[in-house]
Amino acid sequence: MLSDFDRGEMPRALQRLLAASSSDRATLPRRSFLKLASGSGLALGAFPHLATAQTNGVTQPTAALKPTQQPSAFVQIAPNGEVTVTINRLEFGQGVQTGLPMILAEELDADWTQVRSRNGSNDPAYIDPLFGIHLTGGSHSIKNSFMQYRELGARARAMLLAAAAQRWNVDVATLRTQAGTVLGPNGRKLSYGELAEAAMALPVPEKVTLKNPKDFRIIGRATTRLDARAKSSGRQDFGIDVRLPGQLTAVVAHPPVFGARLTSVDDAAARAIKGVKTVLRVPLDRGAEGVAVVADGYWPAKQGREALKLQWDTASVEKVDSQRLLVQYRELANQSGPRKFDADMAPLANAPHQLEAEFVFPYLAHAPMEPLNCTVQLSDGRAELWLGTQCPGLDGVAAARVLGLKPEQVTMHVQTAGGGFGRRFVGSSDYVVEACEVAKAARAAGLNAPVRTLWSREDDIKGGYYRPMHLHRARIGFDERGDVLAWDHVIVGQSITSGTVFGEFQVKNGIDGTATEGMRDPYPIPMRLTVHHPKVNVPVLWWRSVGSTHTAYVMETLLDDIARATKQDPVAYRMRLFADKQPRHRAALKLAVDKSGYGKKQLPTGRAWGVAVHESFDSVVAYVVEASVREGRPVLHRVTAGVHCNLAVNPRSVEAQVQGAAVMGLSMCLPGSAITLKDGAVEQSNFGDFTVARITDMPAFDVHIVPSAEPPTGMGEPGLPALAPAFANAIARLTGKPLRQLPFNLA
Amino acid sequence: MTRLNVNGRDHTVDADPGTPILWALRDTLGMTGTKFGCGAALCGACTVHLDGQAVRSCITPISAAEGKKVNTIEATTDGRDRVGTAVHAAWVKHDVAQCGYCQSGQIMSATAFIKSLPRGKLPSAAQIDSAMAGNICRCGTYARIRAAVADAAKALA
Repeated sequence: MLSDFDRGEMPRALQRLLAASSSDRATLPRRSFLKLASGSGLALGAFPHLATAQTNGVTQPTAALKPTQQPSAFVQIAPNGEVTVTINRLEFGQGVQTGLPMILAEELDADWTQVRSRNGSNDPAYIDPLFGIHLTGGSHSIKNSFMQYRELGARARAMLLAAAAQRWNVDVATLRTQAGTVLGPNGRKLSYGELAEAAMALPVPEKVTLKNPKDFRIIGRATTRLDARAKSSGRQDFGIDVRLPGQLTAVVAHPPVFGARLTSVDDAAARAIKGVKTVLRVPLDRGAEGVAVVADGYWPAKQGREALKLQWDTASVEKVDSQRLLVQYRELANQSGPRKFDADMAPLANAPHQLEAEFVFPYLAHAPMEPLNCTVQLSDGRAELWLGTQCPGLDGVAAARVLGLKPEQVTMHVQTAGGGFGRRFVGSSDYVVEACEVAKAARAAGLNAPVRTLWSREDDIKGGYYRPMHLHRARIGFDERGDVLAWDHVIVGQSITSGTVFGEFQVKNGIDGTATEGMRDPYPIPMRLTVHHPKVNVPVLWWRSVGSTHTAYVMETLLDDIARATKQDPVAYRMRLFADKQPRHRAALKLAVDKSGYGKKQLPTGRAWGVAVHESFDSVVAYVVEASVREGRPVLHRVTAGVHCNLAVNPRSVEAQVQGAAVMGLSMCLPGSAITLKDGAVEQSNFGDFTVARITDMPAFDVHIVPSAEPPTGMGEPGLPALAPAFANAIARLTGKPLRQLPFNLA
Repeated sequence: MTRLNVNGRDHTVDADPGTPILWALRDTLGMTGTKFGCGAALCGACTVHLDGQAVRSCITPISAAEGKKVNTIEATTDGRDRVGTAVHAAWVKHDVAQCGYCQSGQIMSATAFIKSLPRGKLPSAAQIDSAMAGNICRCGTYARIRAAVADAAKALA
């Protein structure tokens, strides 16, 4: 998400938002780090630079360093040498919990076997150093924090070296470090654990020298995740596992149609259920109302919800019907609208080859495996929240607003999350606001207990915030060589960011950049791109790889159509279009082609090759796939990926992210993977009628990474976009009919 | 009051007999390793063993567990269970987990599957897929799940 925008503008817009609601977040006392450190039992070896300076009366010039640059907030070294690195992001599967510590440990010259990881909070130290707020998204974590974590590690190392130089009374230039140890003249050595306490009394250096990438020994090495053991034994705690003394659980009845309010509530039967503590009417997202059943556990709360007799006023809200909506989108596509690109379309009329195509993409649910939840504890003038969120900054401000507190009175305990894919990054903070409303109402009703609001899977599938439905229409004129003379394109779909804080910098000239990212570029195509953003009563949101979930499909299948129409090999055709201007695309595609055996290997009868390549979030992923049609159903047999993400910090993690994102891309193709609405209500409810890929859908899958020493680009999302078009291109080669609808429909 | 034997220990649960084992484990006994994913036996995240059989604890009431032995991820991977220990080790070796939320259920399904194999018999790829088809991983870790199950079965054969 958040890829196609003016990078100078986003930090300003987000910071304005925070400034408007916050008093003095940036000047929170640095002592908060001391507390952090002692909370973990590692205080002894921490680097509480400023606090130490204050208590010792030592003056040192670190004022120029921002909170995000202070090692004390990020790295703690225990006397036994254990190094704990705090991550400034949400860990929700993408592996930053391991990748960020690898980066810091590299420059610290730590012993990797001694490195641990811990989650941050909404302390100012953990803002994204580029965007200026707390967020995890847009595949930005490694990219934006690569230099930050290197410098943090280098600063901490310099302090350890300085401490050793003092201890031995030698010139620091005579010292070096090796895997958690400072080595001195005459074979002297001290472990980081032994030096940590002395190091913390020293000034934090502003300028540090970083390693030459050719000397990296941790970065670039395939590394097992730090949480692999915990996550393979049920010992990893997620937001849903938070258990506070006396904690209650709330389940909320949401309206059947988005935004509807209640006309009557009969909660007598619900209140009679054993374990139910209270039933509360609460305001919900989009002006709706709901009823929260608060109980001593999920089961009685859910039983209570089922016993409610509720009547809703759905007359005053728009009741969407997906079929009707498609008809409206088709009409809208015929009208003029704002243009993202505006090439001359005159050559279209006389082009020797013409192609017309319409694509339909449905709403999609994120469906992370951990259902949405948020635990809220209120006390006088304070609130504490435990939740897995991609944007604790925004959510904290929203919580404060609902609770009548200042943002600094709200503590966000960021919990490891069971997936998210964009669903935990909502401009309206919907599920966080809901949990706060419930906790507030519960407290007002006399329940002084922490309340966990927990969504059922049905709440998740029906509860909104979907990848928007889209209609694409294209008219393309091209010559015998496949050179495009004119490409007239229309996109119809709801804007994801309009009306949210993100709209301020994402929407330009009435066009939301998240709807058009991935269109045209990097191909040399004269394109006219018209965009319509209808307002529809369905909450929409970014979904892993955002605009590229549909634009890559459209671009990469249409290019294959042109290659087929002009009898060209789809790889050679793309390579010719890339010419010498797109070395990363070329390298990724060539790697996938070479490793797959494309053009050399004989495929079994009934199988065909499919190819696609797409750049998103500054990384390029190319797929070469083998697919067939079995009993009328497309089957994906084998995938070979070529990846260009510059320097791969943890190649094992890059492989996992590519495979995982591709599986999500594969899910989009499977029958039953659409969210549809009838009479304003979502028709699907659970994994029985909302299909996601299972192990039986999984192809054989190899990932190959183009070697590079350039600063890394993100990999959380870029594995997704090219999978579905590569699969579709293979099927089109078998059937001769392009697939222009997701999920696939061969009828 | 329902008597539950979980991981070899007897517990008395004061809850409606229709309460699913999942919520007795999580909310009453405080054992949160078993996960809530769908509440409808569609995703497998809540898989536990009931007298050695893999069951979906989100739809199996505690009344159905009386007089039987419930085994959860906590005991399956703590070193006491030979097969569970091998599966856990294979999961770590293959670095299977991403978000990790579904993996308790995956491991419980894999362990029950390997225990069901005739001794010394290695499972085919199709058998592994079929055994694991009831467990959804939205992160898409399936390639590594396949490799880990095959590896664990091999280590035990």
